[in-house]
Amino acid sequence: MITREITFRDAIGEALREEMERDERVFIIGEDIYGGPGGYGGCFKVTKCLCEDFCDSLLDTPMAEQAIVGVAAGAAMTGSRPVAEIMYEDFITLGMDLLVNTAAKTHYVTGGQYCVPMVLRAPCGAMGIGPQHSQTWTSWFMHVPGLYVVFPSTPYDAKGLLKTAIRDPNPVLFLEPKILYNVKGEVPEEEYLIPFGEAQVLCPGDDVTVVAIGYMAHLATQVAGELRDQGLSVEVIDPRTLAPLDVEAIFESVRKTHKVVVAAEDCKTAGPTAEIAALIGEACFEYLDAPISRVGARHVPIAHNVIMSEYIVPGAGEIQQAVQSVIDWS
Amino acid sequence: MALSEEFMLQMYRYMVLGRLFEQRAEQIANRGLVPGSIHLGIGEEATHVGACMALAHEDYIIPTHRGHAADIVKGADPKRVMAEIIGRTTGCCGGRAGSSHIADAASNNLGVQGIIGPVFPVASGAALTQKRLNTGRIVLAWFGDGASHEGTFHEAMNLSAIWKLPVVWVCVNNQYAMGTSFVSTTAVENVADQACAYNMPGLVIDGNDILVVYETVREARERALAGEGPTLIECKTYRHRGHSTFDKNAYRPQEEIDEWLKRDPIPRFEQTLRERGILDDERIAQIADEVKQQVDEAEEFALDSPEPRPEAAMEFVLCQSEVE
Repeated sequence: MITREITFRDAIGEALREEMERDERVFIIGEDIYGGPGGYGGCFKVTKCLCEDFCDSLLDTPMAEQAIVGVAAGAAMTGSRPVAEIMYEDFITLGMDLLVNTAAKTHYVTGGQYCVPMVLRAPCGAMGIGPQHSQTWTSWFMHVPGLYVVFPSTPYDAKGLLKTAIRDPNPVLFLEPKILYNVKGEVPEEEYLIPFGEAQVLCPGDDVTVVAIGYMAHLATQVAGELRDQGLSVEVIDPRTLAPLDVEAIFESVRKTHKVVVAAEDCKTAGPTAEIAALIGEACFEYLDAPISRVGARHVPIAHNVIMSEYIVPGAGEIQQAVQSVIDWS
Repeated sequence: MALSEEFMLQMYRYMVLGRLFEQRAEQIANRGLVPGSIHLGIGEEATHVGACMALAHEDYIIPTHRGHAADIVKGADPKRVMAEIIGRTTGCCGGRAGSSHIADAASNNLGVQGIIGPVFPVASGAALTQKRLNTGRIVLAWFGDGASHEGTFHEAMNLSAIWKLPVVWVCVNNQYAMGTSFVSTTAVENVADQACAYNMPGLVIDGNDILVVYETVREARERALAGEGPTLIECKTYRHRGHSTFDKNAYRPQEEIDEWLKRDPIPRFEQTLRERGILDDERIAQIADEVKQQVDEAEEFALDSPEPRPEAAMEFVLCQSEVE
């Protein structure tokens, strides 16, 4: 298999290109995603690589998030395969009703008569741009029956999971940690898809399990490398999809290491780490040699100032401290 | 356009069927057999039936929660609609939807949006598919005067206009959003007055005159098919009943109700057809008998249908089709 290194951004762009070339039903809808050849190409330039070749399939909308999400749902119900982009995940609240009450419920409410094969891409995470452009919301959507939640942490996963998301017959929320857009990783030239519900062991280890989501998976891998030099063997598991969640892969690791840290960038309170920790507690209590440690953002809005923002959102230091705390627990 | 006698008789028959069907559903609800409540379009039949009859089978619809008559005209089986209202397995959605979410894919009925506002972007999205894939089909969405105050209305009116989507917007202005009057909540006199903000035709019509409703929608459908974009049609009408079967209907002046009862669309059309020599007492009685039999059968079917197994609640959360 021939691989090359491309950025997280380009991996998403490639997935979109390949799926639009493959299936005329696929189109992209959102704010500032097009703007003509040489145009805007998306707030984070993810669709810039498509502007030359797909002028009919990139639909710029007015600033109207309810319309973006709802149009995608209605188009999906009638045979299209839309990929909608919400400029920042923070803005998803505007389209929340259409996502939660329409897109996610339609298959159920209609007794299986209609499917809603749509993808909603949403850049998330803190990078110093203030309280309404920095948030990560995962558990809100894990809470919704009928919705898949995908959260890649590498270019390889981003491409393979997005292609699956576009081909899946269900609504998919596809979260993109915007801090990773310029990060490169190996991606094969050949086509591949990654099934939902299969966690990935990013780094094998025996002493402690770190279940880490999105950018936290990226940081946890760094931390594992540093701790390995100190003689500590850390296993990093990236669930990759939160719904469906590969609980078996997580439980298997916990039964091996007996100690676990769960890390996500969301607010720790009722965040995805709470659900994952509870599942581990229910299924693996007798295997645990230390309390489950959770890493998440402090329960405050995310400040504009970078010193404050970095204090609020977890980084590698918090993950390392959490690992150390479960190792030291006795 | 000159309509055949047969077609006009069918219009009449559908209005009578819609009314009797809803009256029967109301009786069943009053016997405590309907979970929650239902919303009745009694008095609005010309708007639901007339608009729907202007469509082709291939066209998509999104009715309102009072749109049982439209469901039936578009092709849903009255038996299965009644079974859905009372939540039985044989209902068009297997009892998961109820009256407020009835959908019927076989007749291209995309389903009622119970939160009301979603109708606008969802219909726009369905129309976008038709335009992009050049299917030659249109989408018709009914909505109430109350729905026009949702933000989605304005987002979708603008979007459907700038993209010239093949959609017909039919406002069922029955004067009240639950218990709150249209007059007290609207800055302009008519919903359709707002069409000018979106550079689309806005038409105010008598929603209790089925021939006017039919002809206006037919022309709007032609515009949509010709690529000329959406039309906003406001049908002035009135619901004879309260908001739902829970509603004691105490907030509307009796004189107002009496005035609108005089404009009941069914006796009006009956009179028109009598004057044209299309209907007489004998024919009216015959249609009434036929419709009663249909509604009796729907009731019997629904009440005889089994309740679902509790575990059926777990089905259809996710579409199980393969990833393509």
